[in-house]
Amino acid sequence: MAENLFQNYYLSSFIAVTVLATFATRIIPFVFFERHTEHPLIKHLGRYLPAAVMALLAIVFLQRSATWSLPVVGLDALIPGVLVVLVHLWRSNALLSIAAGTLPYMAIQQAGLF
Amino acid sequence: MTPSAFRLTLPILFGYLPLGMAFGVLFATQLDYPWWIAPLMGVLVYAGAAQILAVSLLAAHAGLLEVFIAMFVLNARHLFYGLSLLGQFRGAGWRKLYLIFGLTDETYSLLTSRQRTETREQELHTDFRITLLNQLYWVVGCAAGGFLGHSVAFNSTGIEFALIALFIVLTIEQYKALGETFPLWLGALAAGVAMAVLPAPHQLIGAIVIVSLVLLLQYRRHRDALTRNRSEETTHG
Repeated sequence: MAENLFQNYYLSSFIAVTVLATFATRIIPFVFFERHTEHPLIKHLGRYLPAAVMALLAIVFLQRSATWSLPVVGLDALIPGVLVVLVHLWRSNALLSIAAGTLPYMAIQQAGLF
Repeated sequence: MTPSAFRLTLPILFGYLPLGMAFGVLFATQLDYPWWIAPLMGVLVYAGAAQILAVSLLAAHAGLLEVFIAMFVLNARHLFYGLSLLGQFRGAGWRKLYLIFGLTDETYSLLTSRQRTETREQELHTDFRITLLNQLYWVVGCAAGGFLGHSVAFNSTGIEFALIALFIVLTIEQYKALGETFPLWLGALAAGVAMAVLPAPHQLIGAIVIVSLVLLLQYRRHRDALTRNRSEETTHG
């Protein structure tokens, strides 16, 4: 019971924090930057920050999903990752690319291929 | 004649239903919470990558400060969407708050690329309907996926790779829009440094701090170089 209560408390705070952080990124420009859209620092960050953050998220989570001990050395996640890149460069269809990496990864993990 | 809001959003229907379902299945199979929390998050959060990242963070019982920072930075691109829509949303009245709330990648690209031929008032109303329809597709997808994942038994081991696949796809899309590899190297390198020197719970924030610092330093150097050039021109001119 106590654990259940704690879990519900954690979940509702978690969702509240997620809602707050996400909505903040959407409303901040309209509240604070009405007059600063042309500031060069904002333009610089707007140009490079999103791409850099996506790349770092991809790398951090790719590393965590892989088995780094011998003899696998990360191949269980690197091969599906490369498949995502190739399929996306080929067809530019987000869902197809996600499936092209996730299904092989699931197969590798479930069959213990490595 | 302008195409109806529904016709405009059809491509997004086909994108949001399956992606919402993927999130719902992920949520229901990875976590012990009731399945309907998945569509609830679709209503309250309404951000694909953030919701999918939320599954990993919930499973890891991440601290709330880390959750806030990770979500804020993951969604930081919205800041720049808003900046480019400041003028367009002016005068939207009561609809404005919802238009801002519903500013996802897909809605943004639709609102900024569609043709506008009607009066401003009518166009803002169409913007509103587009945003509402898109969120409806997303919530239905989340609910269907959550319910399926909850009620149909299947071995979901490894399904969490969908998150990484999504990040890879978004990285490639960013690269295509930008045409420069520099930010990708910066992000990858920052991730490498953070993973080498920091324990797992601090790696994400560490890498984000490194990226922000490098961009800030680069901006300052660039600006100083510009001012130096300008002052040299004045002294020599």
